[in-house]
Amino acid sequence: MKGTNLGEFEELVLLTIASLGLEAYSVAICDELERYTGRSSKLGVVHAVLNRLEEKGLAKSHLGDSSATRGGKRKRFYEVSHAGKVALTRAKELREAIWRNIPGFNLEGSI
Amino acid sequence: MKKHDPQPPGWATRFLRWYCRPRLLEDLEGDLYEYFLRNARDKGVRYARLIYCLDVIKFMRPYTIRKIELLHFLTHFMMIGSYFKTSRRNLVRNKLFSFINIVGLAVSMSVGLLVIAIVNDLLSYDDFHKNKDHIYRIITRNQPEGQSPMDFASSSARVAQRLRSDVPGIEDFTIIRNGFSGDAQVGRNIFPLEATWADESFFQILTFPLVAGDPATALKEPYSLVLTEKTALKLFGNTNIVGKTVRFDTLDYQVTGVARDVPHLSHIRFDALISYATADATFGKKGDGFYNWDNMWSNYIYVTIPKSSNIPGVQRALDQISKEENKTLLHRKITLSLQPFKDIALGGKLSNNMGPRTEPSTLWLLGGLAFVIILSACFNYTNLSVARSLRRSREVGVRKIIGARRSHVLGQFMAESVMIAFLALLFSFGLFLFLRREFFALSPEISGIFTLDLSLRSVLCFIALAAFTGLAAGFLPAVFFAKINALSVIKDASGIRIFKHIGLRRVLIVAQYALSLTFIATTLVGYSQYKGFLNFDLGFNTENILNIKLHGADATALKKELAEIPEVKQIAQSSMVTSVGTIYGFDIKYYPTGGALPADSGLVWVNTVDENYLPIHKHKLLAGSNFSLRPEKGNESELIVNQQVLKRFNIGGRDPHKALGHIIEVDGQKLTIVGVLKDFHYGTMENKIESMMFRYSKSEPRGYLNLQIASTNLENTMAKIETAWKRFDHVHPMNARFYDQQIEAAYADFSMMVKTIGFLAFLAICIASLGLFGMVVFTTETKLKEISIRKVLGASEPGLVYLLCRGFITLLAIAALIALPVTYLLFDKVLLTRFAYHQPIGLAELLGGTLVVMLLALVMIGSQTAKAARSNPAKVLKSD
Repeated sequence: MKGTNLGEFEELVLLTIASLGLEAYSVAICDELERYTGRSSKLGVVHAVLNRLEEKGLAKSHLGDSSATRGGKRKRFYEVSHAGKVALTRAKELREAIWRNIPGFNLEGSI
Repeated sequence: MKKHDPQPPGWATRFLRWYCRPRLLEDLEGDLYEYFLRNARDKGVRYARLIYCLDVIKFMRPYTIRKIELLHFLTHFMMIGSYFKTSRRNLVRNKLFSFINIVGLAVSMSVGLLVIAIVNDLLSYDDFHKNKDHIYRIITRNQPEGQSPMDFASSSARVAQRLRSDVPGIEDFTIIRNGFSGDAQVGRNIFPLEATWADESFFQILTFPLVAGDPATALKEPYSLVLTEKTALKLFGNTNIVGKTVRFDTLDYQVTGVARDVPHLSHIRFDALISYATADATFGKKGDGFYNWDNMWSNYIYVTIPKSSNIPGVQRALDQISKEENKTLLHRKITLSLQPFKDIALGGKLSNNMGPRTEPSTLWLLGGLAFVIILSACFNYTNLSVARSLRRSREVGVRKIIGARRSHVLGQFMAESVMIAFLALLFSFGLFLFLRREFFALSPEISGIFTLDLSLRSVLCFIALAAFTGLAAGFLPAVFFAKINALSVIKDASGIRIFKHIGLRRVLIVAQYALSLTFIATTLVGYSQYKGFLNFDLGFNTENILNIKLHGADATALKKELAEIPEVKQIAQSSMVTSVGTIYGFDIKYYPTGGALPADSGLVWVNTVDENYLPIHKHKLLAGSNFSLRPEKGNESELIVNQQVLKRFNIGGRDPHKALGHIIEVDGQKLTIVGVLKDFHYGTMENKIESMMFRYSKSEPRGYLNLQIASTNLENTMAKIETAWKRFDHVHPMNARFYDQQIEAAYADFSMMVKTIGFLAFLAICIASLGLFGMVVFTTETKLKEISIRKVLGASEPGLVYLLCRGFITLLAIAALIALPVTYLLFDKVLLTRFAYHQPIGLAELLGGTLVVMLLALVMIGSQTAKAARSNPAKVLKSD
């Protein structure tokens, strides 16, 4: 893994974290991803990605309060770190820059 | 969460916890649980569980698995040398504390070692029998109507007659019978010999190897005799004796085998065996009720049951036999049951038991006492280690900063305490050897029961005890040190709050002292109770009475010779000695005046005496007179009873005078009541006074001579009596003891208990005192500066001593407040309930011990604090 490069799935997960705001924890992220993409996303995959994001410093996490619903286990809430926000913005800008350079991109023709 | 909510499989969760990194564990576990609940709701619990398990396994990924802590282990291993070194340095540096710790642990562990040896012996009882797991003893329950049942280890010879044909499921059985006693004549020599009757299966079922003779047939024919090697050497001087004869009275017995000596740890013990066919030939053929169903006093039956599944069937067959045979009995039921062989030496109380037996509760009691003593020494260790933490904390701080983890520090201190415990084990083993000798000296019975030899099992237990003690002692200090915050210790050593744990240490001191005080009070109260038993007014005189045991010969000649000794005032005869625990009884029938049929029958205790017995013992007659007739054996007609008999059978309206002349049938003879005695203690203090009677007999060849002695030179008198005895009986050594000594012997177990507790009290006090001393020294040392400042500001020495003592004295007072009521209740509710009669529990004894211990503690505290208070403040403050 090099630097703070953002993989595609990592980007999705990071965006989902951002969109969930204060409620971003693993299970909720999985559900939300499923809702957006329509594909089932496995906890195992998401968990690994969350862990990697944190390692890269793109996300931060903290343990919440314990609740009875999870057998008394606390949730780990994620939020996008400053570096994460920078990375997301850069990714978005990169895409937009490329988009801008595509003349007359037409959806009708391709599908 | 409700209880019946579905739960994921426990093993999967445990597995997850085992492999997962602590940082990730909690939320991951929660996530999986959330999914589990979701799946359980949507797709059923089984599916959810399956998924849960799969998930747990799938989550085993490099980033979730704990780092293998090889390095961590390696560090431990490498650091052992360092731990050893620092521990040694610490031992040497703090000589006082090391001394207190090692001596305390060694002393307490030696008691533990003794208990281990005892338990080990008891558990090894009867282990040498090859068949031990399949052998059962048939035991008997006797239930007279309207009375509480009594269990007997013995059973009737009738049972053996019926076993062979009527009980399926048993492989074999053997019957043995105690009580053969005679004078064995070999050539010209005569030896007293006691033997056991046993039938021919004896050597098949029980593992007593023969060195000569055929085990299958040795005990088959009547008048066969098997001797142990020891007996053979005594009788013949060699063991090559098969085929020789030994003469008892007029009968010749043939030696058919020589058995190896009986191992010490066996409940069946014998010097010689006589074939059971002999008993059958001598008593059985005569009738005499030898094979009666209710003659269940002297036979012991052992059966082998190869499969334990047969046991219910065997029991049913035994019940059936009891049912059939009980038809011959009136107002009484006798039932049989099986007792596993290994439960005999360490099992419940049975009457007529053979060989040594120990109550399992005794083991628990002993173990508990040892545990408590060891715990007390552990308290010392914990207390002193935590108290000294100020000095060690810098070392821990440095270790932590260099990189030791909490577990390393924990390991170090545990290792240190285990090391000290092993050092103490060496000392305690020496003490154990000494204690063992003292223990055997407590009573001859003890060396009869125990060998206390070392075996592999006991040695392993010793080592385990040391390791366990070390861990127990070191645990709290280790946890305490492991928690130390390295930075704050290094920055400012006084920042560590040594007095934070003062609550714990106070509790420990109180516990130790409460324990010591309980022990000492128990000893003193027990001792006064014991003295009380010895000096109890039994209702008759026991002073200056010498009882000589007879061995079957008529003692007329001896009496004549003894009467010539001037110091012997009077001579009586009796069949037994009362008030020392032995009892004999008869079922008697009471015939009201004029009635031909008995009105009532019941068991009455008996002593058979001659006319001199009552005057010598100064029994008080309430009505009537002493025996006046001098009938020969079998023609007696007179009976003297106590008040309880009148009460029990309602004779003469319970009026002693009116009861005279009433008829009581004893053993087939109708006897007239000629005297009524004031109640006296026939049994020991454990027994209530019950109905009892005196029968008359001119001569009691198996009983006792009771001599009233009035002598100023006892040694001389005894020598004269001994000379007379030797002229009378060449075979048996004289067995003469004063009545008071016999009573003392009857309470030997009580005195043994008092001695044991006394010893433990001594140990407990020593350990507690050592601990307290250490604490006082430590406290005064740490407070030296405070004392000096107070002194400079004008505090007086007594004031300072009071200041330092105050805390400790309060603790001691609390300990006393706990210990004294506990001791009182212990005696009142537990120990003395066994005894029907006893002295009140004295306040003086309760408080006496406490005062002594308190005084000791005060001297210790006082001397140390006074030393501190007298110190020159200028010197103390200058050096800082």
